[in-house]
Amino acid sequence: MSTFWSIWVIVLTLANLALVTWILFANRRVAVSDQEDPENRTTGHVYDGIEEYDNPLPRWWFLLFIATLVFTGIYLAIYPGLGNFKGFSGWTSVGQLENEEAKAREKFDETFGLYVEMPIEEIADNREALKMGARIFANNCAVCHGADGGGNYGFPNLTDSDWLYGGSPEDILKTIHEGRKGTMPPQGPVIGEAGVRNAAEYVLALNGLEHDTAMATEGQKIFGSVCYVCHGPDGKGNQAMGAPNLTDNIWLYGGSREQIQHTIRSGRSNQMPAQKEKLREDKIKLVAAYVYSLSRQEEVEQ
Amino acid sequence: MNDRIPTREEQDGDGEVRYRMLYESEDKVYIRHIRGFYTRIRKYTGLPLLALFFFIPWLNIEGRQAVHFDLPARQFHIFWTTFGPQDGFLLAWLLIIAAFALFAVTTWLGRVWCGFTCPQTVWTLMFIWAERICEGDRNKRMKLDAGPWNAEKILRKGGTHAIWIFISLATALAFVGYFYGIRDLVVDLAGFQAHPQGVFWVGFFTFATYMNAGFLREQVCKYMCPYARFQSVMYDRDTLTVHYDARRGETRGPRKKGIDYRAEGLGDCIDCYWCVQVCPVDIDIRDGLQYECINCGLCVDACNSVMDKMEYPRGLIRYTSEDELETGKTQLLRPRLFGYALVLLLMIGLFVQQVVTRSPIEAEVLRDRGARLFRESQGLIQNVYTVKINNMDQAPHEFTIRVEGKVGYDYTLRMPRDIYLKAGEIFAVPIRVSIAKEQLKDAKHDIYIVVQAVDKPELVDKHQTVFIGPKR
Repeated sequence: MSTFWSIWVIVLTLANLALVTWILFANRRVAVSDQEDPENRTTGHVYDGIEEYDNPLPRWWFLLFIATLVFTGIYLAIYPGLGNFKGFSGWTSVGQLENEEAKAREKFDETFGLYVEMPIEEIADNREALKMGARIFANNCAVCHGADGGGNYGFPNLTDSDWLYGGSPEDILKTIHEGRKGTMPPQGPVIGEAGVRNAAEYVLALNGLEHDTAMATEGQKIFGSVCYVCHGPDGKGNQAMGAPNLTDNIWLYGGSREQIQHTIRSGRSNQMPAQKEKLREDKIKLVAAYVYSLSRQEEVEQ
Repeated sequence: MNDRIPTREEQDGDGEVRYRMLYESEDKVYIRHIRGFYTRIRKYTGLPLLALFFFIPWLNIEGRQAVHFDLPARQFHIFWTTFGPQDGFLLAWLLIIAAFALFAVTTWLGRVWCGFTCPQTVWTLMFIWAERICEGDRNKRMKLDAGPWNAEKILRKGGTHAIWIFISLATALAFVGYFYGIRDLVVDLAGFQAHPQGVFWVGFFTFATYMNAGFLREQVCKYMCPYARFQSVMYDRDTLTVHYDARRGETRGPRKKGIDYRAEGLGDCIDCYWCVQVCPVDIDIRDGLQYECINCGLCVDACNSVMDKMEYPRGLIRYTSEDELETGKTQLLRPRLFGYALVLLLMIGLFVQQVVTRSPIEAEVLRDRGARLFRESQGLIQNVYTVKINNMDQAPHEFTIRVEGKVGYDYTLRMPRDIYLKAGEIFAVPIRVSIAKEQLKDAKHDIYIVVQAVDKPELVDKHQTVFIGPKR
C-alpha cells in the first residue's frame, strides 16, 4: 500500500470510530419538553390501541457499546489494521503459518523420529509404524499404485514378489527416494514388422501362453541377438536397469499378443517420480517399510 | 407498572435545559429471606444436583475420568461409553428432547424450569444466600448499601465478595474439569504449569459466574434469555402459574388481627408487601401475570406465612390457572399437553433405543477410486476396497475382515496381517477381493464386508458394497 492509501485508510477508520463514539455519547440523553407526562412517556407508537413506553435502556447496554469501542482500540494497536501500521505484536499471517508448521514439525519429529535409525526389516514388524506407513501410502502412493498397492496399467504391482528394480529394503528406499526412469526402446525400426511379430510369439512362449511355434522359433533368434542385452539370455530380466522378467506372466502393460507387439514395436517409457523433495526422510523410511511388508500380507480363501 | 426503570434527569450547566437520561441502571433487587414449602423443594432438589455437578468430575473408572469431554481427542467419555463426533446426531436428539421437555413442562406448570432448576436462578440464589450470611437480611442490606464506608461495611462486603469469588472459582474449576480433567487441572494450576487455554477458561468462567450471579441476575431473564422470550407462547388458560386471587384478596388494606374485616369491606390481602419484597425479579404479583415472573413460588411461601400469622386460609397467592380463577376448575388433560407428552415419550423411546443398540465399532467401505472399476490379473478379477474401521470401544481390539457374497463364488481376500486398533482409533485398511474370471457370471453383484473383533465377537459391523467385473 502506498503512503497515500495507508493514510486514507487510517483517517477513514479513526474518523469512523470517533463518529460512532460521538453518536453514542450525544444520544445518551434527550431534552425534556414541558408537555410530556413524566410518568408515562411513550414513543408515540400505537398499534391496536397498545402504546409503547419510552423507558430508558439498561446502563449495561451502554457499557457494552463502550466495551466494543475499547476492544477496537486495543485490537488496532495489537494487530495490523490501520493502513501500513503493523501493530505492536508483530503478528502476521505468514508468521502464524510458520509457527504452526514448526509445531507440526516438532510433533512429526516426536512420532517419526523413533524410526530414523531403525532398520526397515524391524520397522516392517512394528505394528504402529506400519500403520503410519499405511497412512502415508494412502495419501501419497495409492493414487497410482492402488489402495492395496496392487498396481494399475502402467503402474507396478507392489504386493507380489516380482520387482523391477529389486525388493530389498535398500532398493525400495532408493526407488522412493530417487525415483526411477524405465525405458523400453522401440524395436520396430530395428527388427522390422515381421521381427516384432515373431519376437512377440517367443515372449508368449516364454510365459507358457498359447503361441505359434514356428514364429516363436524365429523370435528366439531375434531375442538372442537384440533383446537379451537387457532382458538376459533366459529372459529373466535385469534389476540393475529395471528390465522386467519376461517369463513370469506378470505384465505392466498387459500380456495379450497385441499389447506385447505394441511394446516391442513402439517401446514404452515410464517414470516413478522421486519423493525426496516431497516427503520427509523419516516418512519415506516408514512408507518403504510398509511397501516392504506388502508382499507379505496374507490371502484368505473364503 | 411499578417496576419500570426509574428515569433520571440532569440539568445543563446553566440550568436552562433539562435532559432525560436514556440509559439507566436498574435498581438493585433486595430479596427478603423467606422459608416455606416451595423454597424447601428448591433446596432439596437443587443441592443434590449441585453436589452431582461438583462431584462427577472426580469419579474415576478404570483409571480415567468417568465423565470427560476430551475435545482435542474428540472423544466424549460418559461413564462406560465413549461417544465420538459421529454420534453428533445423538446429541442433537438429546437437545431436541430437552426442548420438547421444556415445552411440555412449560405448558403444564409454566416457567418452573426458570424458577427451580435454571442455573441462572440457582446461582443467583446462592449468591444472595452469601449476602444474607455476611450482611444480614433485606433491610440490613439496604441500610448497609446506603450507609457510609466504614470498617464494618468493608468487612461485611468483603466477606460477601470472598464467598462469591470462591463459589465462582469452584464452579469454573468444576466446569473446565469436565473438559481438561479435573485432577490434572487442579495439579497443573497449583504448579503453575496448566495449559494457557485452560487457565484462560477457568478465569473466564470465574469472571462470568461472578458478574452474572452477582450483578446481572434477573436482567438475564428479562433481557437476554431466549427461552424466557418464547416460553410465554406456550402458556394457555390452564397453565399452572403463580396467581394472586384478586377476588379473595381485594380490597387490600392493613387491619388488626382478628377483626371482622369483611364488614369493613376489606379482602384477605393485608397489603404487607412481602410478596413484592421476596420477588427475585422485582414485580408485584398482585398486578396479575407478568412476563418477568419465573414461577419460583417465593411469593407463595411469603403470602402463606402471612396468612398463617393472620389465621386466614392459605392460598391467596398460589399455583393455579386462569381457568380455575374464573371457573373453579383446571382442565389438566388437554390436547396440547397430551401432544407434547406423546412426542416427548416417543423421542425418549427412540433415543434410548439408539443408545442401547449403538455398536462400539463402525466400518465404512469405500471402493478404490482408481482409474478402473476392476483389475484383471493372473486369471482373477480383483476389486479393491478401503475399509475404514472406527474402534469406539474403550479397549484395544484385533479385527478380522471377511467377505460374504453370492453362494457358489469362491472369494479370495487379501488384507494386512494384523489389524490392531487402540481404543478410539480410526484406521483405513485396504483389502483386495478376487474371484476367478471363469467363475464370475455377473457384471455387478452385491457383497458384504464384515468386520469383527477377534476377542469380542459381538463387536461386529457389516457393510454392503458392490463387486464389479467385466461386462457379460
